[in-house]
Amino acid sequence: MVNTETERDTMILNVGPQHPSTHGVLRVVLELDGEIVVNSNTVIGYLHTGMEKTIESERYVQAITIVDRMDYLSCFFNEIGYILAVEKLLGIEVPERVKFMRIILCELQRIASHLVWLGTHALELGAMSVMLYTFRERELILELFEMCSGYRMNSGYMRVGGFYLDFPDGFIDRLKNFINVFPSKINEYETLLTKNIIWKERTVGLGVLSAEDAINFGVSGPLLRASGVKWDIRTAHPYSGYELFEFDVPVGTHGDVYDRYLVRMEEMRQSLRIISQAVKNLPSGPVNVVDRPDIILPPKRNAELGMEEMIHHFKIVSAGFPVPEGETYVAVESARGELGFYLVSDGGNKPYRLKVRTPSFANLQALPLMLKGIMISDVIAVIASIDIVLGDVDR
Amino acid sequence: MPKEVFIIWLVAKIILILLVFIGLLLTIAFLIYAERKLIAFMQSRIGPNRVGPIGLLQPFADITKLFLKEDLTPAGADRFLFILAPCISVFTAFMAFAIIPFGRDLIIHNVRIPLQITNLNVGVLYLLAIFAINVYGIVLAGWSSNSKYSFFGGMRSCAQMISYELPLGLSMVGVLLLSHSLSLRSIVAAQSRHWFILMQFPAFIVFLISSIAETNRAPFDFPEAETELVAGYHTEYSSFKFAMFFMAEYASMITFSALAVTLFFGGWLGPSFFPPFIWFLLKVAAMLFFFIWLRATYPRLRYDKLMMFQWKVLLPFSLIWILITGAMII
Repeated sequence: MVNTETERDTMILNVGPQHPSTHGVLRVVLELDGEIVVNSNTVIGYLHTGMEKTIESERYVQAITIVDRMDYLSCFFNEIGYILAVEKLLGIEVPERVKFMRIILCELQRIASHLVWLGTHALELGAMSVMLYTFRERELILELFEMCSGYRMNSGYMRVGGFYLDFPDGFIDRLKNFINVFPSKINEYETLLTKNIIWKERTVGLGVLSAEDAINFGVSGPLLRASGVKWDIRTAHPYSGYELFEFDVPVGTHGDVYDRYLVRMEEMRQSLRIISQAVKNLPSGPVNVVDRPDIILPPKRNAELGMEEMIHHFKIVSAGFPVPEGETYVAVESARGELGFYLVSDGGNKPYRLKVRTPSFANLQALPLMLKGIMISDVIAVIASIDIVLGDVDR
Repeated sequence: MPKEVFIIWLVAKIILILLVFIGLLLTIAFLIYAERKLIAFMQSRIGPNRVGPIGLLQPFADITKLFLKEDLTPAGADRFLFILAPCISVFTAFMAFAIIPFGRDLIIHNVRIPLQITNLNVGVLYLLAIFAINVYGIVLAGWSSNSKYSFFGGMRSCAQMISYELPLGLSMVGVLLLSHSLSLRSIVAAQSRHWFILMQFPAFIVFLISSIAETNRAPFDFPEAETELVAGYHTEYSSFKFAMFFMAEYASMITFSALAVTLFFGGWLGPSFFPPFIWFLLKVAAMLFFFIWLRATYPRLRYDKLMMFQWKVLLPFSLIWILITGAMII
């Protein structure tokens, strides 16, 4: 006797690595019954570039360039996480101004990253105009980054011990302008999506991840908060002076795609709140630890004129600086979740080992669970709601 | 019919057919341009502006490019059906336009030339038949490509287009009851006092939703949902065969707009400060603008939800509306 339940023919559909909506080179192998997903298998590694291994042969300063390129959509989180780890081993306490500047950059980065997520998420569900609107505002943020570092992405602006240069003239004015303009833009996106019947039909109740499952899979970030767990490293283990700021951590209730959307939209507003507080209370003072000449480069002007400074400059650039023996773990709340840097130093001028705990990698593990029993069209929506960056997954 | 009259009639008819065919082709070309430009403005972009003044020659550049592309047939494809499918699509899209009246009769040497390729007395039925054949183009394309993505596209369109033919047909019934005729020419004539949209607004909404689903346009563009199915039923098509599908999609958009204008907006009728033909064009352009506007605004629905909507909401609603219309007439 043939059991019709188990003997049904299924079909294997290979989505990716070249597919319009896999956010890079993710490959998902779907086992389908009609258009319903029976099983799924996530294949990663197409963007593996051995960054962690490369860092072992680069000096501490050079590694900043490399960690930048892991999560290429939110480079400042990689920078701050890595630098906080190095500073912890060095035992440096940076000035207040540095902390505030770092927070401004990180929160701007969070908004920029969420804007890319919102744009691509909406595009994948067919609302293509939203994508162009969000990229228009992202451009404002990237211009700010370009102003202070010269780069729009992967800027390498932060240094161990602070910054090489302060914010340029006019930066704060443009930032204030952005703070004034942006709230109306968030409302604009929301008019297109939040109460849109089609948008709700497509996202409400889809890809539900329970709080328990989310914790078991090590999921973090907006994905975890949408499932109802109030866990944000900025408030749970404040770093870089987040304890001085007032902001809410938005939490969802159902853990579906729509809640993730709402959580991220609210996070953008909260980020803006943090930025405006930081701008208002931005302390003056040096932008690096002046009492550590073994780490901080002398001003360029002095290095060109004075012999001593020139040798000093040359020494730091060529030989780097030693970091005391030891190991440490520093986690920051990136746009995608917990971004952790486990750094081991053998006392030399290069990291002995740097293990990066990336949020995308952990969050992606929950994908097969969320995909079970849904339709192909929804697979795309669920992948988009995780907000993965393949550079962050594979490294 | 005297011989002389017949010759004038024949020549006029041939010229008319050529004009409609070329006009439709040109409209398709510039509709694609207009869509890209309009959506660009809605999305704060510039749109095509490189080829010719303000990018006006862009469609011709695109067509030339498509002609020069290699024409690939995937391994394992059913070659005959693979070629037949785009032909069916284009053929039906153009055929449907044949019965659309677009102006008052011309009188040449006492010979009456209607501005319509042919005035079928079963016009509306003919249209429904043509739309039914149109499904084959897409289903066969999906089936013969030997690709899973195409296959899904074909299956989706099969389900979607066949279901939406029901409310589409039913939405026209109210108009037919009011005009007492299946011929599109008589339907236009019956609207000389007021347009049918005034009495048939609910039917028009049903017609609009069904026609978006029939033409596979956003937000119901599941058969070619690019973020899910790569390009759906025409994933494996390249070169001119792809161009044919593209043309067919835009041609059916024009046909449905023209049909909506004919059934609900009084066809070529309008105040006399414009000639009737211009009125017809303006109304069709307004409908096309609506199609494009919709695409720039809405996300895509899920296809099973669209089917659910059709069977549970649209179909009962249009049946009830026919009863109400019947009661109104009696």
